[in-house]
Amino acid sequence: MGADPEAHIVVDGLTMKYGDFLIQRDLSFSIRRGDIFIIMGGSGCGKSTLLKHLIGLNRPFAGRVLYGRQSFWDASLGEREALLRGMGILYQKGALWTSMTLAENVSMPIRQYTKRSEAEIRDIAEYKLALVGLAGFEEYYPSEISGGMQKRAGLARAMALDPEVLFFDEPSAGLDPVSSKLLDDLILELNESLGATIVVVTHELPSIFAIGKNSVFLDADTKTMIAFGPPKELLESSTDPKVIEFLTRGVGRNGAA
Amino acid sequence: MRILVQTTCLANGELSALIAADAVAAQPGAIESEAAARLVAAGPLASSVELDLSGVSEWDSASISWVFRVQRAIQAAGRSCRIGGLPNDAAGLLELAGSVPERKGARRSEVSVPLLEGIGQQAVQLWSDLLEWCDFVGELLVSLSRALRGKARIPVRDIWVTMEECGPSALPIVTLISVLVGVILGFIGAQQLRQFGAEIYVANLVGIAMCREMGGIMAGIIMAGRTGAAFAAQLGTMQVNEEIDALKTFGFSPMEYLVVPRVMALIVMMPLLAVYADVLGMLGGALISSFALDISLLRYFEQLTSAVFLKDVALGVAKSCVFGILIAVSGCLYGMRCGRSASAVGIAVTSAVVAGIVAIVVSDAVFAVMCEVLKI
Ligand SMILES: Nc1ncnc2c1ncn2[C@@H]1O[C@H](COP(=O)(O)OP(=O)(O)O)[C@@H](O)[C@H]1O
Ligand SMILES: [Mg+2]
Repeated sequence: MGADPEAHIVVDGLTMKYGDFLIQRDLSFSIRRGDIFIIMGGSGCGKSTLLKHLIGLNRPFAGRVLYGRQSFWDASLGEREALLRGMGILYQKGALWTSMTLAENVSMPIRQYTKRSEAEIRDIAEYKLALVGLAGFEEYYPSEISGGMQKRAGLARAMALDPEVLFFDEPSAGLDPVSSKLLDDLILELNESLGATIVVVTHELPSIFAIGKNSVFLDADTKTMIAFGPPKELLESSTDPKVIEFLTRGVGRNGAA
Repeated sequence: MRILVQTTCLANGELSALIAADAVAAQPGAIESEAAARLVAAGPLASSVELDLSGVSEWDSASISWVFRVQRAIQAAGRSCRIGGLPNDAAGLLELAGSVPERKGARRSEVSVPLLEGIGQQAVQLWSDLLEWCDFVGELLVSLSRALRGKARIPVRDIWVTMEECGPSALPIVTLISVLVGVILGFIGAQQLRQFGAEIYVANLVGIAMCREMGGIMAGIIMAGRTGAAFAAQLGTMQVNEEIDALKTFGFSPMEYLVVPRVMALIVMMPLLAVYADVLGMLGGALISSFALDISLLRYFEQLTSAVFLKDVALGVAKSCVFGILIAVSGCLYGMRCGRSASAVGIAVTSAVVAGIVAIVVSDAVFAVMCEVLKI
């Protein structure tokens, strides 16, 4: 591990626990720069937990998370802040700050990290909201818009600082099929135009095949990863029955054909 | 559900049970569990058990779950259990329920804890709570000092908003409570003092009591119920919505961004509210004196000025500052460590209010002892 020069994020022997409760162990994989990387697996297998370890909210029980060559938890506070600054995160529930309008939500990080003037910050916030199709909603509070719009506003906030890597936790959960497709298109576009690495936690099969360039499959029973590779290849050539069952909605490879 | 069980022991050691049940006539669980217990008790003795359910006329979830439970219990005793005479749809449901084996270790049972162990656990819990408080206060002090040295970015607007919420908005209720406390103190005091013809000392009683104790305590308890609860609910909801995670990943310290403004607001507002409560309490005393005790307002205030000194007011103000910190800390602490569900927010609010009030009373006792020793 770490030999791949294109690797953006490297997970090295990661074991995650809540107290004594083991979630996943011995995870080792790397995420290439510019990829759309999928973390998949059944509900409760620890996908969100893995994401929290990637973004430094939870400390690994064992193992390391490396950004480039830098280990997140061995870095100094300042280096860690710099790493965090390069990340944008869309949380499972949107996690907009409910006491602020959408425009204020998006401008908060910009104000924190840059020395731009208020007018400039305002312009950037409006532009980012327009990018996700929320032009005109600047003065709305999160509680006044629908769940899908909250997700998109969360995305605008995640992109506020032009991050190098974007994390999405179940972006299409709770969205109707059309909105979810639109969000997938948006993710693809962002990946192409910004060149950002994108890590998506999801179990929506259409999304996985539409956007995923590489993926890892977490298993809840054995509590470790049981497959790694591009989702389409996994569908064609995986030998693990659990992976095949998941990727074909339990129909099996022949049934799906 | 009325269930009739007719058991026959076959020669080869098998147990056959003919079961007749009437699902429509719903009966208290006594018969049901008694029948189940008899069957389960008889099961392990026999080499295998056959349940003949052809006598059951109608089915609902209750009857299927009954059969399911009996079947499981017999199987758990290591005996096989055959079931016959089931209509097709019910047999299908029963099979579905049994098709996925019970996850090992998933079932949780109530463990009854012996009394002493319970007390021990509580004590350990109390100790770790106390450590958590110390942790939190330590972190808060670091953040506060960073804020005062201008090193931390504090959302000034939030301080103003919180001050508005916990100060002026609380005035009506503080007014009501402190006037009434003043009236009550005056009334009870006068009844006792009248026996010695010393009614005029009502002014001393009300003045000293309000300034040294009641003003701060009453304002504190109102704030614990109003503002402490609001803090816990706000931060708890933010925790549930992952808003606090979002703050952290954007590099905002929740301590500096959420807790410090709230603590600062309460440190400023609590003494003001306490002084306000002192004044209104003494006014309440004046009311009762002039209307019920025939002490003129002038006499009352003359007596008051000779009884209450600046040090009394200062003590009350100092105490209320401490109360303010305690209320804000308990509200924020329980909000920050709130779980991830809606019910967790409720628990956090309750704990915050209870802990806030306990902290106020305990610290007041500490103050009382200190004043005694220092002769204040
Ligand atoms: N803060 C927490 N404390 C303790 N256990 C947790 C916590 N968060 C999640 N878990 C447990 O960890 C497991 C994985 O959760 P999660 O990562 O959210 O799963 P998912 O793959 O559905 O996103 C679940 O069994 C959950 O109960
Ligand atoms: Mg999740």
